[in-house]
Amino acid sequence: MKRSSILWTIFLALILVAAAGAPCWAADPIRIAIIGPMQFTQGEGHWNGATMAAEQINKGGGISVGGAKRLVELIKVDSNEFLSIPDATNAMELAISRHRADFLIGGFRTEAVLVMQDIAMDNKKIFLGCGAAHPELCDRVTKNYDRYKYWFRITPINSKFLIKVDFLLLNMVAQVMQKELGIPKIKVAIVAEKAAWADPLVAVANENLPKMGMDIVGVWRPSPVATDATAELSAIQRAGANIIFTSFSSSVGIPFAKQAGELKVPAPLVGINVEAQKDGFWAATGGQGNYGLTISTYGPVKITEHTLPFFNEYRQRFKEAPNYTAGTYDAIDVLKAAIEKTGTLEADKLIPALEQTDLKGPAGRLAFSKDHDVVWGPGYTTGLGTQWQDGKNVVVWPYQWENITYEGTVPYKLPSWVMEHYKKK
Amino acid sequence: MIQDIIINGLINGSIYALLAIGFSLIFGVARLVNIAHTAFYMACAYLIHVGFSYWGLSMPLAIVLSIGLTTIIGLICYRLFIKPIREYEAAVLIATIALGMVFQEVMLIAFKGHMMGVPPVATGFVIVGGVKVANQHLLVLGVAVLTLLATWFLLMKTRVGLAIRCTAQDSEIANLMGMNVDREIMIAVIVSVVLAGVAGAIVVPLRVIDPHMWLPPLIMMLAVVVLGGLGSVKGSFVASYILGFTEAAVAIGVPMGSFLKGSVALSIMIIVLLIRPEGLFGIAFEEER
Repeated sequence: MKRSSILWTIFLALILVAAAGAPCWAADPIRIAIIGPMQFTQGEGHWNGATMAAEQINKGGGISVGGAKRLVELIKVDSNEFLSIPDATNAMELAISRHRADFLIGGFRTEAVLVMQDIAMDNKKIFLGCGAAHPELCDRVTKNYDRYKYWFRITPINSKFLIKVDFLLLNMVAQVMQKELGIPKIKVAIVAEKAAWADPLVAVANENLPKMGMDIVGVWRPSPVATDATAELSAIQRAGANIIFTSFSSSVGIPFAKQAGELKVPAPLVGINVEAQKDGFWAATGGQGNYGLTISTYGPVKITEHTLPFFNEYRQRFKEAPNYTAGTYDAIDVLKAAIEKTGTLEADKLIPALEQTDLKGPAGRLAFSKDHDVVWGPGYTTGLGTQWQDGKNVVVWPYQWENITYEGTVPYKLPSWVMEHYKKK
Repeated sequence: MIQDIIINGLINGSIYALLAIGFSLIFGVARLVNIAHTAFYMACAYLIHVGFSYWGLSMPLAIVLSIGLTTIIGLICYRLFIKPIREYEAAVLIATIALGMVFQEVMLIAFKGHMMGVPPVATGFVIVGGVKVANQHLLVLGVAVLTLLATWFLLMKTRVGLAIRCTAQDSEIANLMGMNVDREIMIAVIVSVVLAGVAGAIVVPLRVIDPHMWLPPLIMMLAVVVLGGLGSVKGSFVASYILGFTEAAVAIGVPMGSFLKGSVALSIMIIVLLIRPEGLFGIAFEEER
């Protein structure tokens, strides 16, 4: 009797130990760190895009790794990179060493991402960039492939291509102004926030605008966080600019657009204004941001069959249109495809598969160039030009460009006060 | 170009003056270095946003209620966090930095880092000297001048103002003469927070509301009061316009360096301090008071 009770005790203990250890039998989830300025819209975009992708994948059972399905576990890491670059490096260290992330996705400010990239490369972790546009991030792959091969840029397009799209938008508006208002030679004011990503943009604009038959009346470099732009706007008007060519990724985009609208500056805003990509821009400018044209990644048009379902679900769920950092959605899909193709999570084995990526996502057809940069051009990711037209953010570009006009695109509209100003003249 | 600099300088200067005079007043009266001053400016801006955008109040009502609520918040903060340590200047400095950070974090939690705005009270623009000036900017200028005149009247022409000035000169003697120093300081705190609230109310339609909006004006405000002479209301007024004009001149005259407008203004402050360490209207030694 005594012996049988001992046996029972041992048996029960074994069951308890087995039950406690049960989670160890299930496959570990794939841990993906989403790194971004989480207190800001850009970080929210990172997190929301990734959340949508992870939930869709997990609903389908997870990612198949060598035949075994593994769920995706997202780790939210706040880089606080708008306010502190050291915080961003700490966040990256935290994601790798403490959270033991298998993959890293995100980043926004080039100045921060350059450092974050080095930390990821030191640890041989795949880092999919979803925010910084500077060419140097991918140039590093060409210069030192063995070290930087773990880096891939998903979004946005390289600032060299952003410049191309920028010029295409500028050219489109210049042509409209020449045609509708009879301005023989367009004068352009370049206004770019003082940040590393905008430096090459300013240099190329200075070189190429005269070749495009336009005069440059001046270059203004306000602080990215400037709260007032009236002095700059006064000077721009006095310089006689017909178009204001903007490069803003930070908060300065709001007061600039707001004050330009309030003062009815007779020069449309064209270029990059990340704040103008968001639904909140209209309210933040009190409607004064009307007619602002900016490069965007997502819009209510059919770029691929995935665009509208993604765009509408995102907007319905998060009460906000996706900005380009929501490209984390694509990043996870790209990663899933590579993992399922190779059947492994090992970074070195995944890289060839990632290099051969060719899939359709909400932003277009996604593939990588030799320097691990997202390919831009007709047939691939093109980017969009979106304009605020009376409270609605609509897509106005590509419009009959290289035979591309996405379904739902509408023509560009000049601001009413610009029309009045030149017609009075 | 000169007209642009004059008009934009006047507008910039008026905004700084509104903030700096409140700060200067409370320092002059109670020797309180209230770093959280611009946090009250931010609080008022957020309250107006909530009142107007969330509760659907009319703009004037939202402004009046917000200034009132900001003043109450300011008084509570003074009673709870500043009054108990009022005698220790360094402690007040640190406590008010912490208070400002608390305001920032509360806003960050409540509203996240979203950039928000409210529509202007006065829409449209007028052309002054060939320069387009938004009516809201003219309103800022007008309110700033009126507020400054009202503050001057309060301080120079009323018994309360006399008592405040006595307390500023020597609080111990004022106390011995039968004045209620605590009450005078309380009044100075109220005036100071109201001025911060008014600045928030009239500037908010021109700016972006975000949880860090209190920091850039804080730096400029500190520069203004140091340049003008700590505690000198007159000095703050003059210094506000010096820095306002400098910023405008940099933004208009050196377009490629317009991001440096704040730095150039601060450099001028350093140069003035090298020549006159007590500031333009400051008092070199405590005994001079």
